Order: sequence, then structure tokens, then C-alpha cells
Amino acid sequence: MRLFLILLIAAAVAQLFLPWWVVAPLSFVAGAALGRTGGQAFLAGFAGIGMGWLGLAAWQQLHGAARLSHRVAQLLPLGGAGWALVVVTAVVGGLVGGVAALAGCWLRQALVPAPVEVSDTVAS
Amino acid sequence: MQWKWIKAMLAAVLSVVLTWVLNTKQGDVPPFGKFLSPFRGFWQNAAANDFPSAQTLALPGLQQPVQVRYDDRHIPHIFAQNDHDLYYAQGYLTAQDRLWQMDFVAHVAGGRLAEIVGPARLETDRFFRRMGMVYGAQKSLKAAMADPLTRTVLTAYADGINAYIGTLTPATLPFEYKLLDYAPEPWEPLKSALILKYMAFDLSGRSDDLRMSNALGKYGPAVIKDLFPDYPQREDPIVPTGTPLDFRPLPVPAAPPTFQAAMSDKVPQREPAADLGSNNFAVSGAKSASGYPLLANDPHLQLNLPSIWYQVQLAAPGVNVYGVGIPGVPFAIIGFNEHVAWGVTNVAADVMDWYQLKFRDATRREYWHDGRWKPVRRVVERILVRGQPDRLDTVLYTHHGPVVYDHDEKPFLPQTPIRHAMRWTAHDAANEFRTFYGLNRARNYADYTAALATYGAPAQNFIFADQQQNIAIWPNGRFPLKWKDQGKFILDGTDPAYDWQGWIPAAQNPHVKNPARGFVSSANQSSTGPDYPYYLNWNFASWERGHRINARLARMTRATPDSLRRLQNDNFGVNAQLMLPRMLALVSPARLTATQRQAYAELSRWNYFYEADALGPGIFELWYNTLVKRLWDDDFGPAAQAGEMRYPTRDRTNTLLLTEPRSRWIDDRRTPAPETLETLALQSLQFAADSLQRKFGPLGPEWRWAHQKSTDILHMAQLPGFGRMDLDVGGGAGIVNATTERNGPSWRMVVALGPRVRAFGVFPGGQSGNPGSAYYDDMIDTWSAGKLDELVFLRTPDEAHPRLQAKWTLQGTK
Repeated sequence: MRLFLILLIAAAVAQLFLPWWVVAPLSFVAGAALGRTGGQAFLAGFAGIGMGWLGLAAWQQLHGAARLSHRVAQLLPLGGAGWALVVVTAVVGGLVGGVAALAGCWLRQALVPAPVEVSDTVAS
Repeated sequence: MQWKWIKAMLAAVLSVVLTWVLNTKQGDVPPFGKFLSPFRGFWQNAAANDFPSAQTLALPGLQQPVQVRYDDRHIPHIFAQNDHDLYYAQGYLTAQDRLWQMDFVAHVAGGRLAEIVGPARLETDRFFRRMGMVYGAQKSLKAAMADPLTRTVLTAYADGINAYIGTLTPATLPFEYKLLDYAPEPWEPLKSALILKYMAFDLSGRSDDLRMSNALGKYGPAVIKDLFPDYPQREDPIVPTGTPLDFRPLPVPAAPPTFQAAMSDKVPQREPAADLGSNNFAVSGAKSASGYPLLANDPHLQLNLPSIWYQVQLAAPGVNVYGVGIPGVPFAIIGFNEHVAWGVTNVAADVMDWYQLKFRDATRREYWHDGRWKPVRRVVERILVRGQPDRLDTVLYTHHGPVVYDHDEKPFLPQTPIRHAMRWTAHDAANEFRTFYGLNRARNYADYTAALATYGAPAQNFIFADQQQNIAIWPNGRFPLKWKDQGKFILDGTDPAYDWQGWIPAAQNPHVKNPARGFVSSANQSSTGPDYPYYLNWNFASWERGHRINARLARMTRATPDSLRRLQNDNFGVNAQLMLPRMLALVSPARLTATQRQAYAELSRWNYFYEADALGPGIFELWYNTLVKRLWDDDFGPAAQAGEMRYPTRDRTNTLLLTEPRSRWIDDRRTPAPETLETLALQSLQFAADSLQRKFGPLGPEWRWAHQKSTDILHMAQLPGFGRMDLDVGGGAGIVNATTERNGPSWRMVVALGPRVRAFGVFPGGQSGNPGSAYYDDMIDTWSAGKLDELVFLRTPDEAHPRLQAKWTLQGTK
């Protein structure tokens, strides 16, 4: 839960100033620092990035983007369903976050075999 | 290696690859991560809908404050205190709505599309480079920059665009940049010149010279004279026959002996559509209810989104003009001010000719002209291709112009390879910008003619009306001084007698002012009757639209703006009126099946109006076009084995169908049985009715004209979901309402001159180029219904007007 919350907030702030792909290194580092198991890291990364993308895309969809998302959803093609595009957006973001967090967690586990509490030092 | 290392590495590699893939354009697939990111991707483009109703923008380089009002169609009304600021603001505000479009068209015209979209468009780029588009644009730009007035305008306009580009962030980049994954580059005045050259290509970039030479080679001069006459039998010229000349014509160069070019398998590829055309007309005060002239214009172009045109009001000391401009080019191109109104249609004068060259040897470094070998100038074009190394393409230039066709052609004789050089008015320096500078400020007829004098290409029928009760029209541009039929066929590139030897003086271009009939008009038909002393072309657009317009204008009395609007929407088919009775008479209904007989009966009842709901137009069009194809295809199609040729004109074809039932061309030489006109008419009607039945079922509402025609307005990049499909509109090719499948009135305007000018207009799209904006296509329904919006024309920046919505101030940065 802590990994998820940290990612949600840190990624949102970082993406205001940096390209979208900053979510990959961010999730990787956070996954390495805080991920307990691979599964938990993936889920937290997926949700941390995906929820951010879902929330912002949904907000845009409700505040004027429906016209454009309807067009893009015909181009992709998603039958013109703007809300489907909101979900696809969230999944794309979530996948990048999840896989990166998983990679970070597994790499930490390979480097430091015993489960240790490194998270406090990184998080503080 | 332990499993935990392997899986960690695999996950790390997967993470990097996934991120890279989603950040990189793969072929035509956008970089999905970057594109979908709600922080910077396309979701952000909807934010442009938050349009401030009042704001002050600080822009580098503005000299004095500029006031801008936006009306409810998102049209900017710009009030500046000097020319520089006026065109700076026009550049800035146009870019704000249309940056991607103007940048994209400049890339197309400059042969730089592959740079954006990759190798698929390399041949398009080669074509435009070899056509000498950049060469022509550079010459026009040089002329424009030598004139201090237009230099100020072009540089200020570019600075304004660049000021807008400077405000962009990755999140606010226009939508198409995100989709195609590239970024705008700084604007330069050359791009404005390139966009005008693109219009020249679109409107004068077609040539039948090679097709005509093939026909001449196949059938000889007598047949050509018969089937491709120099003046149509049915015509209603723009400058009426008998209009007295107000000048003494120059002597015309003597015609050299007819040159028979070698047969050519080359014809222009990627030619613009043949059915682009336009209407304009003006009636005098004597015919109007108000006692002041009325003027209308509707240029027909490909129906695209973002819209071809951008509406704007431009006011500064010495000018207050409203009109439509082309994004990327300063000024109003078609419009009005308090004193005058003007509009344009295309002139189909022959301003593009082809010269057969004789090279000294296969190295093609010298060509024979005027009794000696002259050096060939070699220009290496470097074409950037996205994701691939640059390509180099060498274009040969003679004094005629570029050798457009160079490759994929078997040398006629290895020792003296033959190629064709192109001579085109778009390659001659002329300051078209100055024309629009002048028209925007014109106060009377003298200002208008002075403005026209500097105009080069593409030649246009400039129609005019003013507050002082004048109406006039000038088919205008630089016209080469030709002997009769010069350039009807390929010309001899070795003999200077075939060169263009001068120009028709600008003051002697065809014109008519205040004719007795009380109106002027044009619809791309012949500029003049045969009594004009100079040769312009042997073939113009068919007479139907022009004739219908003139017939209705002649009857018009106490005309109002709405009379002209209704004429713009006229759906009467002159060709059907002429030909259908004859075609029905050629067919004996007894020989038809049930469906075919129903179609025949439907046509017998039809009133020749191409209304959206009518069933007749669809049947007639397919029948007539099939008949024409069956008549000519064996003689002028591939079966004739003489390279590509063109069919005789519609006018000549109709004469044959109406009056020459024994013509040798009727028999289909591919079949043993002798065909008669009756056979051809019957077979084509059967084909038409059967095809429509297969496609739409039994005769019924499915056969309606709008359904069959299916007018589409597509996004310029043809993106599915970004256009408007299957509009419910009537009209068609050769109809005053010239709305075809993909082309149509790209702007309809009606201006009522008078003590206080009023004007109406609409285009099939919207002001914004942003597909996420409500103003992207908000005018389409008004346009489809044939209606016009009243145009908001302000006299002062602070005027109160119920349709004004926003007030901005632009000012310089300290």
C-alpha cells in the first residue's frame, strides 16, 4: 500500500515536469526500495501509475476531452468509445509502471538475498 | 547464473523494451505511451477548449498594443496600429488555430513529407521537387522580399507564427504533432510562398499536352481538328463576345510549322483533380433591391478538415478588411471592406507547357537549342526520410524549366535521349502578395486594377464590385504571349520559335467593366469569346455552370443577398437538360427488364434538378458517363495502343451524340458487330440500372442522389473519425452547387455593398484546426443546409455586438 501511494504521488508530480517515461525509472527504483514480492511490486506499480493515468484521463474525459477521445477511439479503433480509451490509457500506463516495479523488486532480491527493511531509509 | 538473476534481468529488459516501444513511432502507429499519457499526450489537447474571454498576452516584437475580438464562430477581429503588428497578430492567431495544417501543407509543397511520415511518401516528395515547387517559391519570395511593403508583412507574419510556436510545450503541441510524433520547426517566409505555389499546383498543375500529342500522333491533324476544336460549340464566355477592346493588341509571334512530338508513355502522375472549379458573380445596382451592387463567390476545392480557409478581420490605419485567408499566407484572399468586395475563380488558361528535349548524349549535360549545345543545370535535391538515410535526387534544368520526367523511361534513341522539360508560370517571379495587400486596401476600381497588375499565378478570375456602383471581372495573371494553339501539344524544345516569347501586357488581360447586361460572372469557362486577340487555351471548363448562372442573373431583378445565396445553391443540371431527351429517344423501352424500365420511367419524369432526394441524377450520371466511356474508350483508351490520350471534350461529345449518328467513332472497334448509337445508349442504360440495382436493391429511396454521391469531408491526413462522412447534400460536377464526392464550395460568400456594407458567408468546417475543439466543424451543418452566417464586420475595436465573446489584448514584451 505504501509503495502504491508513494508511486501515485511521486509519478504524478514527476510527470508534470518530465516526459511520460519517467514513470519507468521511478517505478523501478520504488519497486527496488519498497517491493516485498514480485507480485506485490507489480500490482503496486500497475495501480500507482495506472490510477494516476486513469484519474487524469477520466477527469479530462469529463471536462471537454470527450469530443477528441471519441475521434481517437475511432482511429485506434475502439468503435468511438471514449471511456474505453480512458481504460486503455490506464492499462498502458499501468503496464509500464508494473513491469518496471517488478524489475526493480526482482533485481533488489537478486542483489540482497535476505529480506531487509531498506524501505525506511529510502522513503524518508 | 541463478534463476533470480535471470528473471530480474528479463524483467528489466522487458521494462526497457516496453517503455522504448511505447515512446517510439512504429511505422504508422503512434508512440502509444507518449500519445496516451494524460499528462502530455492527446488528452491535453482538449484543454484548448478553455478559451479565455479576456486576457492580455505579452508577445516579443509587437510594437504597439493590438486588440482582438472573437465572435461566436471563433473568428478573430484584429485591430492593430500599424502594418507590422497587424500581420504579426494574424500570424500568431492563425497559428494558434491552424499551426499543424499550415506547416504540413508547406512540407507537402516543399517535397518534405517523407521527413515527417517516412519512406511511403518519398515519391510524392520527388514529384514536388521535380516539379520545381521550391524553385518557383524561392523566385516569388525574392520578388516579395524586394518590395518593402510585402517584406514587412511576410517577416512580421513569420515572427507572429514563431511567437506562437515559442509558447508551445510538449503538452500543448497540436494534436497531429503528437499523433505523427514530430515537432514544429520555425516558420519562414519561404513557407508562405510555398503554400501559394501549392495553390498554383492545385489550380494550374494539370496538362493534357502529352495526351494530346499522343492523339495527334495516332490520328493526325484532321481528326484532332474535328474532335478537339479550339472553341466549344456551346459557350457563354466570362467576357462576353463583342466586348469592345480598350487597348491595341501586340503582334503575336508567328506559328512555326506543326511539330509532331515522339509518342510518349509519360503523362503527369499525381495530377490535381480535373473537376476543381469555382463560381463568382456580381450584379449591378440596377438589378438589386438596394440599388447597390451585390457580389458572390464560392471557390470549389477539395473538402478537407481542418478547413482550407480561415476567416479573419484585419484592421489597421489604412485598412479594415474582412475575408478568408489561407493559413500560412498573410492577408484576406477573398473578402470585402467598406468600399469594395472581390472574389476569385480559377482561370484554365494554358500556363504549363512541355518541351521535348534533345540531349547531346546519355550523360545529359548539354541540350540542343537555337543551333547549339547549351549546358544543363543540375540541381541535387536532398530528401530527408524519417528512419532512413537521406536520398539524393538530381533534377536537370534547362532554360525552359525542370526536366520532371527523367527516370523510368526508355531512351527513344540512346544517342539523343528525349525527355520533357516543363515551362510553367508558377516558376516565374511575381509578387502575388502585393496583389492581396492592394486588394485588402482597395477603395475603388483603380485600386483594384492596380493590385491585379502584379499578380502572376495561379491565374484567377478576379471579380469586383464597389460602393461607387462599379462591377467588373478580370481573368488575370501572367499569360504567355502565344501563337494560336501553342502548347496544345508537346513543343519542340530545340527551336526558339517554340519558346514563350513574352507576356500579354497586364492591362490587356481579358476584362469587362459595367457591361450592359448588368452583371458579371465566371465559372471557369472560356475567359473570352473568339474575338479576343490572344490565345489563352483551347479548352476551359465546360459551359454548364456559367450558362446557368448567366441565365438566372439575366432574369434577376431587385436582387437581395438571398437571391445570390439561392443561386449558389442551384442544383439544375444543364447537361442533363441537353442530353437526357436525346438519350431517352435512343432507347426503346420494350427491350428493357422491369428494373431498367422503372429507371427509364423515373428519368422520363425527372426535372433535371440534382436534389439530395432525387432518384434521377444517380441514374442519369451513371448512364451518361458509361455512354461516353463506351463511345470513346476503344479509340482513346488503352485499347488504341497509342499511350495515354484524353477523350474529346464534353461539348464535342454531346455534339456527336446529338447530331452525328453516322460518326465513325460510334462503332466499338473491339467487337466484330457494328455498334450504333442506339446500341450504345441501350447497353449503357442497362449497365447503369443493373449496377444500381446490385448496389442499392430495387429502385427506391436507396437510389437517392446524396446517398449515391456520398459527399465526404476528410481530415487532411485522412484519419478515420476526424472527418464528416456522407453529407446529405445535392449538387454535383457541372452544377452551380458543385458539391461532388470530395470537392465542393470551400467558402460561400455574399456581399451587399452600400452605405454600410453587409456580408454573409460560411465554409464546410470551422475556424479551429483542433479536432478536439467545438469550432473544428461547427459550420458544416449550416453549409450543408445551403445557409450562410451573417459576418460580423466591426468598425471599431470597442464596438458592442451581441455575437462578440472574447476580448484580448496583445502587447509587446518590455
